[in-house]
Amino acid sequence: MSTAERVAAIAGVAESDLGDVAPKTSIQLQAEAAREALTEAGLTFADVDALFSAGGETFAASMAIGEYLGIRPRFTDSTNIGGASFVAHAGHAYRAIAAGLCEVALITYGSTQRSQSSRSLGRGGGVRGPNQFEGVWGLPAPVGAYALAATRHMHVFGTRPEQLAEVAVATRKWASLNERAFMRDPITIEDVLNSRWISEPLHLLDCCLVTDGGGAVVIVAGERAGDLPKTPVWILGHGESHTHLGISSMPDLTTTPAVYSGAAAFGMAGLGPADIDVCEVYDSFTITVLLTLEALGFCGRGESGDFVSGQRTAPGGDFPLNTNGGGLSYCHPGMYGIFTLIEATRQLRGECGPRQVDGARVALANGTGGVLSSAATVVVGRD
Amino acid sequence: MTERAFPVPDAVSKPFWEGIAEGVLRIQRCQGCGRHVFYPRAVCPHCATVDFSWVEASGNGRVHSYTVVHRAPAEYRDEIPYVVALIELDEGVRMMTRLVDVEPADVRVDLRVEVAIQGDPRLPYFRPVPEGEG
Repeated sequence: MSTAERVAAIAGVAESDLGDVAPKTSIQLQAEAAREALTEAGLTFADVDALFSAGGETFAASMAIGEYLGIRPRFTDSTNIGGASFVAHAGHAYRAIAAGLCEVALITYGSTQRSQSSRSLGRGGGVRGPNQFEGVWGLPAPVGAYALAATRHMHVFGTRPEQLAEVAVATRKWASLNERAFMRDPITIEDVLNSRWISEPLHLLDCCLVTDGGGAVVIVAGERAGDLPKTPVWILGHGESHTHLGISSMPDLTTTPAVYSGAAAFGMAGLGPADIDVCEVYDSFTITVLLTLEALGFCGRGESGDFVSGQRTAPGGDFPLNTNGGGLSYCHPGMYGIFTLIEATRQLRGECGPRQVDGARVALANGTGGVLSSAATVVVGRD
Repeated sequence: MTERAFPVPDAVSKPFWEGIAEGVLRIQRCQGCGRHVFYPRAVCPHCATVDFSWVEASGNGRVHSYTVVHRAPAEYRDEIPYVVALIELDEGVRMMTRLVDVEPADVRVDLRVEVAIQGDPRLPYFRPVPEGEG
């Protein structure tokens, strides 16, 4: 890597408690994760001069965590593009650091959707704005929208339910190697296909978990990287985009905006899909993974079903994917993106024990938000 | 139990819902670029024109994609399984709907459908076009 690439590095990462955290609150999860991530980076709250957050109970997430931790930032960003937000935040942090606007960026997330039973498939009542044309049909949110994409992918490319199931099975194998994963018992392709329908063609085991959880990521300016207790994980490239909000307006149901965010991230890094040693992508549903692999160029359009077949993405396979067990089996508090950054960082540091991908030097984290609406991609590497 | 969802018309969408109340599917056509636009907008996303005419759509289209819903929001649970679909109207715009008068197992992508305005709230459902028509 050239010196020019050493603009910003991930210096600390942490998860909060995961699973069912009652009676903890989402802001408590964020604060606890932030403290741990900063400790890992050899820093304190007083060092933080930029805050990034999304979700939670308030309208401006970065204000909430700033108040709670007593941090007055000189750069602040509560951008909420759904589950992709935190990966986008990492790119924004890079840019803010490159522009000299801050030196220590803290990204946080927390959710108690499981213990609060706050997840619902729809809300009913009066529906306003653009959603007045979608929100009246009983499409379960968000799974129904992903089901529409899956049906279309199957129609256009001949993708089969058992190919979607391959992803769920492989991801569960990774989860079995992660003691913090919520679901660790092995499953088979038949188990996925025999699990009950949620919204055809997606079965229960094609869907992510509903858990509590949170996390934090600390990104520091390159000049500080020499002082870090941990191996710096450099941000080499980033990108973001969105193409729609509601699924009716998605330009092509089989093409996610990761086409654009991935091209930007790879272009900036001067790298391509073949350079990625370990890949962490948002897996809200099995179809999300297939569409994302195509969008990022790991395989051709329509080829993702074949690409993941034969447990290629499982431990020991030649394409290590979602090595923490993913949103499908490890944790999914509603906005999963931050966990792709956390796991990519740990893999490059070589901290992952039984699930460690040997010799991983370059990783990709990709977030997806809304109903395949937004995407953010970060390519990271170590010296 | 949650109240069943209903649309709340606004200044731009009012002609659409008035059409539905009359049993007519009306959509916008941009006076600048001539393209049909859905959902209704104050500004054309293709050419930024603010002038639209409301035209009666053919009401015909095809299933672009669909899902059979088995795990429904609370207010729809007594109706499962039902089919929510994205329809590509012959005018070239896409809209979400629920399919009626068809068994879920008989639905296919590209199935020809026609509008069937009904229900409470009154909404533009779609149903298969009978064989030999459409």
